Amino acid sequence: MQSTSRDFKDNARAALANQTLQKAMKHVKTGFIDKRAKARDRLPEFDDLRDASRDIKDHTLANLDFYLERYEEKVIASGGQVHWAPTAEDARKTVLDICRRVDARVVTKGKSMISEEIALNQAMEEAGLDVVETDLGEYIIQLRKEPPSHIIAPAVHLTKEQVEADFRHHHRELPPERPLSEPLQLVAEARQMLRRRFLEADVGITGANFLVAETGTSIIVTNEGNGDLTQTLPRVHIVVASLEKVVPNLEDVSTILRVLARSATGQEFSSYTTFSTGPRRPDDPDGPEEYHVILLDNGRSNMLGGQFQDMLRCIRCGACMNHCPVYHAVGGHAYGWVYPGPMGAVLTPNLIGVDEAGHLPNASTFCGRCEAVCPMRIPLPKMMRHWREREFERHLSPTAVRAGLAVWAFFARRPKLYHVAMGLQARLLGYFGRASGRFDALPFARGWTKHRDFPAPEGRTFQQLWAEKQSGKAPR
Amino acid sequence: MSSAKQLILSSLRRSLRREQPSAEVRALLEQRLAAPQANLVPQRAQLPHAEQLDLMERMLKELSASVVRLPSEAAVPQAVADYLKGENLPPKLRMAPRDDLRALPWQSQPLLEVEEGIAEAEDATSLTGAFAGIAETGTVMMASGPEAPVTLNFLPENHIVVLRASQIIGTYEEAWQRLRAAQGRGVMPRAVNMITGPSRTGDIEQTILLGAHGPRRLHVLLVDDRDAVRTGD
Repeated sequence: MQSTSRDFKDNARAALANQTLQKAMKHVKTGFIDKRAKARDRLPEFDDLRDASRDIKDHTLANLDFYLERYEEKVIASGGQVHWAPTAEDARKTVLDICRRVDARVVTKGKSMISEEIALNQAMEEAGLDVVETDLGEYIIQLRKEPPSHIIAPAVHLTKEQVEADFRHHHRELPPERPLSEPLQLVAEARQMLRRRFLEADVGITGANFLVAETGTSIIVTNEGNGDLTQTLPRVHIVVASLEKVVPNLEDVSTILRVLARSATGQEFSSYTTFSTGPRRPDDPDGPEEYHVILLDNGRSNMLGGQFQDMLRCIRCGACMNHCPVYHAVGGHAYGWVYPGPMGAVLTPNLIGVDEAGHLPNASTFCGRCEAVCPMRIPLPKMMRHWREREFERHLSPTAVRAGLAVWAFFARRPKLYHVAMGLQARLLGYFGRASGRFDALPFARGWTKHRDFPAPEGRTFQQLWAEKQSGKAPR
Repeated sequence: MSSAKQLILSSLRRSLRREQPSAEVRALLEQRLAAPQANLVPQRAQLPHAEQLDLMERMLKELSASVVRLPSEAAVPQAVADYLKGENLPPKLRMAPRDDLRALPWQSQPLLEVEEGIAEAEDATSLTGAFAGIAETGTVMMASGPEAPVTLNFLPENHIVVLRASQIIGTYEEAWQRLRAAQGRGVMPRAVNMITGPSRTGDIEQTILLGAHGPRRLHVLLVDDRDAVRTGD
């Protein structure tokens, strides 16, 4: 997928001015948060399960080479094939080769962010394949030729009126006067339109939430059932998965599954958790004849053992973006690539480079909610700070920022001078701001005051107040 | 070994700053695969069996599935006919090719048309057995095989499941123990489907709606077979 992460600032500005987007984003600000909180409250062991899940992934990552080899052995033993793909290009080529060999015409797909990451649809369409996204959200954005704006709810940036307009535009064969204003009608129509595609597909492609080394199993976690129809009905099932999805055994995956749905949608468990192991067995009445797993690296092996290793624990639940004030304000498209929100701000520079995606780690207020809700306890703010440091070291940050930081550093290294200067500043701002209690413009901070007022200080610094309080002078 | 695989593995080992894991570590890892141990398991479903049945029923209903308790297997055909009538569905079933389902007194329902096999596009209702019912989250677990086509779980709009009381367990971990006992260690059927309520979506303005692509209705017939199990019948 072509990134527009360089344009984050322009993207964000446009998103803030987009009334329709702002209307759609209202649902995100409350829905996901309330549901997760309720699910957490119902399970007393929830936080302990987060610790256990973190430990499972840390153990797996420390032995990733071992578990991947064991996983591969098991897939082969169950009649499937594993294709190792160091790069996105390798993964795309493998998928196209399989499709060509089996003479595929129609390819159905379950929702897969890895497939977005490697821009698989575009490659398949260019090869003349008829590619059909079957997750409702993905189907809608495929009609609109848009990327997903959320990793578990790809069309969360749209209103039902927009979806209605898209369906009327694309489903020309249906009667134009049909009622279509209710979500229920839209869901029924998508079901009807996609049914035929499920049945005529030659190849079904899904992602994987987990891979299990013990058994050579790939797992998808879904609610609609589209992923299961996608992987059960066609002759060939291809799984595209990144290599950090592996876990040791079924007990380990059960532990992580207990925090996944609760963190993502607030469900106790998603409707369908499906464990697939190899192709159809000799006496099976249905299922695919071929089963392929594409194991994608695409930069992840370099994250291991470094500052960003913890990010490889991510299970793509979306809780970080659901709780992020920046994501709420600008939506997912502003981030300019596949992965939005805090997890995207950490992962994207790893995958496409800090030169390209350096703005994303800056798109944070460091409020820390993402880390507080992350089921895998990934220290997202800390890792965003690592990126900011690298951006600074590589002289990618703008001159004004660098100059400002240099001035601040000069004072910060001289505590006495710092206290004098801050005291003077607080007195001055307190004096000039005493009338209105705020400033709508400040020198050197116009970018900041352009969008909000700066509250006037009371005339003294915190340290002064603290010193007074300690010496008993301040009124209690 | 393919060069792509070699490339990835050596990159991983370079990042991990070691060659293969040491023999000592390897033995521990092999152990984790050969004899998996449960991690922290929530208390919720660690209950006497009768209470697990109640929890299963409660969780299913919360998920918008429907549940009917039956005193014996012989009551299944009547209950199926009643359900289809009550939901105004055609009296027609696509049934999983299982001996126990086949042996039920279907002749008591002459109006009900029962066909066996995999699901076809036009099938409205399927009837299947199950491998287990997991009370923790009201999850019905299916293990695919000659008697359990996967398409029956997803293609029809209505899915009726015959679940025996003796199949109800507390947790996912117990389900894996049972599956290993049935299939052997480290061996899985082609598909294990954990089904937790009907198909649903929240993709349009976060409104939760049932019947996105899979079944709109999930109906569980909870059959009391505990006497039969106790007497070894």
